[in-house]
Amino acid sequence: MNYYKEETISAQQVKNKTLLSLLFLFLFFAGCIAAWKWLQHQPEDNGVPAPLRAVLNTNEQVFTTLFSNYHLAKTFPVSEATVKVRKNGDDGMSDDFDAATWKLQLIRNAGDTLYITMDDIKALPKTDIVFDFKCIEGWSQVTHWGGVKFSDFAAKYHLDWQTHLKYVGMHTPDDKYYVGIDTKSILHPQTILCYEMNGQPLPMNQGYPLRLIIPVKYGVKHLKRIGTIFFSNERPPDFWFERGYDYYGGL
Amino acid sequence: MQQKTIIKKHPLAIRWFHWINFPVLGMMIWSGLLIYWANDVYRLGWGDKTILKFFPDSFNAALNIPFHLAEGMSYHFVFMWLFAVNGILYMLYLLFSKEYKLIFPNKRSLKEAWLVVLHDLHIKKGLPPQKKYNAAQRIAYTSVIVMGLGSLLTGLAIYKPVQLYWLCAAVGGYEWARAEHFILTLLFCTFFFVHIVQVLIAGWNNFRGMVAGFEVIKPVPSAQTAGEAAEENTIVSIPKKEDNELL
Repeated sequence: MNYYKEETISAQQVKNKTLLSLLFLFLFFAGCIAAWKWLQHQPEDNGVPAPLRAVLNTNEQVFTTLFSNYHLAKTFPVSEATVKVRKNGDDGMSDDFDAATWKLQLIRNAGDTLYITMDDIKALPKTDIVFDFKCIEGWSQVTHWGGVKFSDFAAKYHLDWQTHLKYVGMHTPDDKYYVGIDTKSILHPQTILCYEMNGQPLPMNQGYPLRLIIPVKYGVKHLKRIGTIFFSNERPPDFWFERGYDYYGGL
Repeated sequence: MQQKTIIKKHPLAIRWFHWINFPVLGMMIWSGLLIYWANDVYRLGWGDKTILKFFPDSFNAALNIPFHLAEGMSYHFVFMWLFAVNGILYMLYLLFSKEYKLIFPNKRSLKEAWLVVLHDLHIKKGLPPQKKYNAAQRIAYTSVIVMGLGSLLTGLAIYKPVQLYWLCAAVGGYEWARAEHFILTLLFCTFFFVHIVQVLIAGWNNFRGMVAGFEVIKPVPSAQTAGEAAEENTIVSIPKKEDNELL
């Protein structure tokens, strides 16, 4: 606040102070450019320069502390649900898929795989959700889904110690699309194994017969056409993570 | 020995906050453009009539924007920390140093800012007395601080709309948060443009205020020749406390 304080100094001092400050400013910008170049030449970790990946992983640590089963995605009345539901990707949706013989492979442990039919899944309590589906691209759409809460599914199939591991992995039947999700998010009360859209069976291009709906994540994690479910303490492979996106993808 | 009178203008901390913010905000805007491209729905217009699409294809092509969403997100969510920390430290500094008293508008600012505008447009001569900043500057700089805070909050609302559902609701919901975040960015770019023009007009002595921290007020008469003094005068001195267009 010494704005009014005047000082008298020699012209030489004015010159020196100015030049010194300019030198610092120059060094600062040179440092910025050097840091930028350095970053560009770092080895990549899953499509992202390693130092950036390290920060993104730290972001996960920071923002999981906000996570709570009591923090729910906003829900809407069924009347607000979109009829023309947008479909982005079709990775993992091979044409040779035979829905008639499909069974969900639930790998509980090495050598302990359950093969679960749609009827088994539909026998569990049904949950409907209308929420704002958010794509990582930036668009969002209020959509209506129905299925079984993953937490109910886990209780039914006694996934007790499995749900104490850090991650759940899911693959499409052709293994061409795959996601890894932290177990906390999978057990969130709004996460469902979904078999209905707008009150009708899932359309083929929305992942018939069974897909994941997980409102606490971006759309990339809502794997369509689930083939296999497994559990791990290590990060399961994740399609978009390998292509430079954040692993967590949590909202 | 030639003597000069200087007046301290910007404290060292503010100069650092200012110059750090420059490349950091630049990174945020650049990475933000990469992200926005993946869903570039905003435009100026009504109905089917579009006056300006954000952004025209030529703009995107010139800046190599298309198909870099993942890259944009990774930079955005790293540099957000620098933007937030630098901005919060800056605001705390304003508060504890009482520097905010020189920046925040006061009761007279709105009326005086109008006089500044008329003056800058060469419609009217003379300016009301001012301290460090004139009324228009007070309003502009305070707006930028509020905009920075707005960018941080709307950004968080987009980033964690479920966990920070209350924040997302407070800024009008997810889609509004994104639109607000975008508009704030356009305002930053507008501010930047005007800022650069004003700094160029205000000249070297003013610019030095943000680099070295002081401005030279007037040369003190010395034993040196009048010719030299006059020459110096044209370079570094500005009239004191009148017609001050500093930005």
